[in-house]
Amino acid sequence: MFNHYDVIVVGAGHAGCEAAAAAARLGSSVMLITMNMSNMAQMSCNPAMGGIAKGQIIREIDALGGLSGIVTDKTMIQFRMLNKSKGPAMWSPRAQSDRMLFSMEWRTQLEQIDQLDFLQDMVSSLLIKDGKVFGVKTSMGHQISSEAVILTNGTFLNGIIHIGEKKIAGGRMGEVASVGITEHLLELGFESFRMKTGTPVRVDGRTIDFSKLEEQPGDKIPGKFSFTDTPPLKKQRSCYLAYTSLEVHDILRTGFAQSPMFAGRIEGIGPRYCPSIEDKIERFSGKDQHQLFVEPEGWTTVEYYINGFASSLPEEVQIKALKKISGFEKAKIFRPGYAIEYDYFPPVQLKNSLETKLIEHLYFAGQINGTTGYEEAAAQGLIAGINAHRKLKKLPDFILKRSEAYIGVLVDDLITKGVDEPYRMFTSRAEYRILLRQDNADLRLTPIGHEIGLASLDRVEVVRKKEFLLEKILKHCKKESAAPKEVNDMLYAKNTDALKQKVKISSLLLRPQVHFRDLIQNIDHLSSFLNDLDGITNEIIEQAEIRIKYQGYIDKERDLANKLGKLEDIKIKDDVDYHQLTSLSWESREKLSKIRPRTIGQAARISGVSPADISVLAIYLGS
Amino acid sequence: MTKLNTNDTICALATPPGSSAIAVLRVSGKDSFKVSGKIFTAKKKGFNIREAETHTLHYGSIGTKDQIIDDILLSIFRKPHSYTGEDAVEISCHGSAFIVQQILTLLLDAGCRMAQPGEFTLRAFLNGKLDLSQAEGVGDLIAANSKASHKLALDQMRGGFSKMISGLREQLMQFASLIELELDFSEEDVEFADRNALKKLLEEIRSEVQQLHDSFAEGNVMKSGVPVAIIGKPNVGKSTLLNAILNEERAIVSDIPGTTRDAIEDTIVINGLAFRFIDTAGLRETGDRIETLGIERTYEKIRQARIILYLFDITSTDCMEVKESLEEFKRQLGEEGMKDKHFILIANKIDRLVKIPRHFRNMVEFECIFVSAKRKENISMITESLVKAISMDQAEEGVIVSNARHHEALSAVLEALNDIDEGFKKDIPSDLIAIDIRKALYHLGEITGEISNDDLLGNIFSRFCIGK
Repeated sequence: MFNHYDVIVVGAGHAGCEAAAAAARLGSSVMLITMNMSNMAQMSCNPAMGGIAKGQIIREIDALGGLSGIVTDKTMIQFRMLNKSKGPAMWSPRAQSDRMLFSMEWRTQLEQIDQLDFLQDMVSSLLIKDGKVFGVKTSMGHQISSEAVILTNGTFLNGIIHIGEKKIAGGRMGEVASVGITEHLLELGFESFRMKTGTPVRVDGRTIDFSKLEEQPGDKIPGKFSFTDTPPLKKQRSCYLAYTSLEVHDILRTGFAQSPMFAGRIEGIGPRYCPSIEDKIERFSGKDQHQLFVEPEGWTTVEYYINGFASSLPEEVQIKALKKISGFEKAKIFRPGYAIEYDYFPPVQLKNSLETKLIEHLYFAGQINGTTGYEEAAAQGLIAGINAHRKLKKLPDFILKRSEAYIGVLVDDLITKGVDEPYRMFTSRAEYRILLRQDNADLRLTPIGHEIGLASLDRVEVVRKKEFLLEKILKHCKKESAAPKEVNDMLYAKNTDALKQKVKISSLLLRPQVHFRDLIQNIDHLSSFLNDLDGITNEIIEQAEIRIKYQGYIDKERDLANKLGKLEDIKIKDDVDYHQLTSLSWESREKLSKIRPRTIGQAARISGVSPADISVLAIYLGS
Repeated sequence: MTKLNTNDTICALATPPGSSAIAVLRVSGKDSFKVSGKIFTAKKKGFNIREAETHTLHYGSIGTKDQIIDDILLSIFRKPHSYTGEDAVEISCHGSAFIVQQILTLLLDAGCRMAQPGEFTLRAFLNGKLDLSQAEGVGDLIAANSKASHKLALDQMRGGFSKMISGLREQLMQFASLIELELDFSEEDVEFADRNALKKLLEEIRSEVQQLHDSFAEGNVMKSGVPVAIIGKPNVGKSTLLNAILNEERAIVSDIPGTTRDAIEDTIVINGLAFRFIDTAGLRETGDRIETLGIERTYEKIRQARIILYLFDITSTDCMEVKESLEEFKRQLGEEGMKDKHFILIANKIDRLVKIPRHFRNMVEFECIFVSAKRKENISMITESLVKAISMDQAEEGVIVSNARHHEALSAVLEALNDIDEGFKKDIPSDLIAIDIRKALYHLGEITGEISNDDLLGNIFSRFCIGK
């Protein structure tokens, strides 16, 4: 009944969609199996993409040739560049999405890809022979054969939804859980544990008094995620800020006795950075109010998402407390908040390619690896999709370095350190933050994306053109000067020292108060030079400014990246018996045996492996 | 983040620490010749280190323009013909701890970095100079060394130093958390520290680091000497003994920079190790004055000292009395106070004895030294014991190298803190300032052990209410 496929992707969330798209667009025949075709790329939590560190990931996915950025651009209803007052490494794009459009757009994108088939069914076990996967078995009794399988089951593996004392089996509200895969993987020798996450109540916007809330509009000039020519936003919808109060907290407390979290009915570990409202009240009892973001779910719907009010307290307590929030006195809800527990597989069981160490051609991506977030999931899906295809074509694994991309940091963190709570990206996880900016993701990654066959030649040419223009501007600024009479008025207005003699434009830009646009306005030869450059954009000028202004810091980090890169280049063979190396501490031997680092650099990041152990390793092993 | 970077030039003492006839310091890396050239002056006129041939030996002096430290032999090894396979220099100097310390300081100032344990061997391996079987032999050695050096990093710091370092780390973490908070969590509903509060915190940290840094530069044991106290009852001959010891070694008392004249007078250098007799002013001027000092002063003295010479009159003291006094001292000082201290028992006035009384045979278990301070008999046995006590400490801990290493780490911390301060003044965005904070934490981590970003996030999550 079914063809034989190169790759089967199980699950059509953010990881599954990127994985299927990447593998198919690279040339593999792909079957994407999902339990519900109408819910593809569903935003299970808040209707937003990007944010601090996450926005950078979406830019990287786009630069490599993935689709999340394009889908986001086409379906967003608001755009904000966060952290604009900080340095450029912190600028982070964030979009409010139309939840339903987002899902539909993903499906449209996927349906246009050749060699990509779909099936609505539930995978119940894998077909395994001699340590290799060769297909899947479904609950409808089908056996579908393939060369590789990518599991992206999200929160569906033995998912249990908690609302107060109610316990419902399910992967998302109203959707059944997936049973069988965990049990099969455990039989095969995998380790699995439980995690927990939560989501807040959704409210009927017709019952919210927005006049009592604080409006948070999008950027005046909205940006976008994709480096391709997706259309910019013409209109936007606003979000709103609301606040809880002591009265609200008191009502919530009345439900604590029935809280599945406090009563110990939830065994899974939840994220510390995304606590439920009851958790926040309990842990930070000194705070009189907590901020809530009221986010629209789409262009036309009246449904609103109450970000910050995640709860697994009984419905009636949630509603009673909600109604005490200013602006929500008459609120009616569409669906209550809930907590969900699910199985995950500690990602130290994976290689850099996201292939499992135990079963060949089997890949894990997304929440199954203990991460949270659409962006983190999509990035893993992309990496797994690319690598599943490459392995079949006998090409080397596609691995991004920590100094190349947040995606590199993400994968390396997962497989090296594992997770002890749902893993979310933060900029502080990256040691080369200043190199990994959202503005230069295309310069960093599009050439690589093209090399592996995902980003088109056109896109590389755009990048080359951008680099060419950048170089021209940088050269001009290093060579040409600004005269005192041209800029002194401006400098005076900005409260910084006036010039006594001519100063190179590049030196002037080093002053924190001085921006490129100030110089363009005041220095005629600079503005005419830029006007004469064919194909110049604001984006390129901004990029040039960053390069000049922060060169010292960029050099500092690049220097460090290069130095440490040397250790990254020393490979460790797969078959090392660490227990023979008695000079290593016992803890190191255990951890190294389990994680099996690929390079000395990776070994050095394993917690419990000391610098002394690394010296020993470098001496015993090595290429 | 690992510390092993192979692009810079490293140096370290290659022979065991402590005193010996000669000591060898090793310098390896691309700037080996440049660095050594800055501090070495050959006796032969027209010598240019850049042109010196590989495997040649050169005689000359080492030091700065103002101060020569020692006459040395310099060996040249051009790449790849060296242990590490890089350009390398070996400096053979006199085996004094003080000299070694000074030369290491010069090398660091000239642009070297202290080598990590095993780093020379690592470089040799990376450059293909050692194969696996050869390297195997040094593997255990390296593991052992670094274990000792790790212990030294925490244990060896006496008094409040280790407490201070961990306190600093905590303060810096707090500082880093406050900065990271406004970066990764700028959208959260938390209160961010204002710049003035951050500056104040930074200033506190900086002044502490500065103090620590300076205390190393001036106050460390190598410069001012290992503190030694002579204690005992009145009239047992303490001042006579002091003079006997000082006179015995007077010939090699050296002019140690940074010490006061008083201190020099009561400082002796034996086999390159300096010993300073503390609170001797009273002893010298008025003879035995211990009774006027009172019991508190005596303990104060003992607390400061690293070596305690307990002197008694063998003609009038019996074994039980000595034993009881010692027990009393140990009880008063407590376990913590006794750590790192050496007690040496000295039985004085053997010139007055016809024969050693029977009950003193038991003294042997205390390793008692029998002397006559008056006739200067067996005084050299005391000086030998002093050296032995300290050499044992050093063999265990590598005191000299670690001092320079810690000092270097603190210098780097200070530099990073100054960069942070500069960044604040120029109103540099905080994500860039964070680079220097990480640098400071990283270098502090060289003293206390590693620090990962996970600590940082953990710190943030525990202090602030994060999460919409």
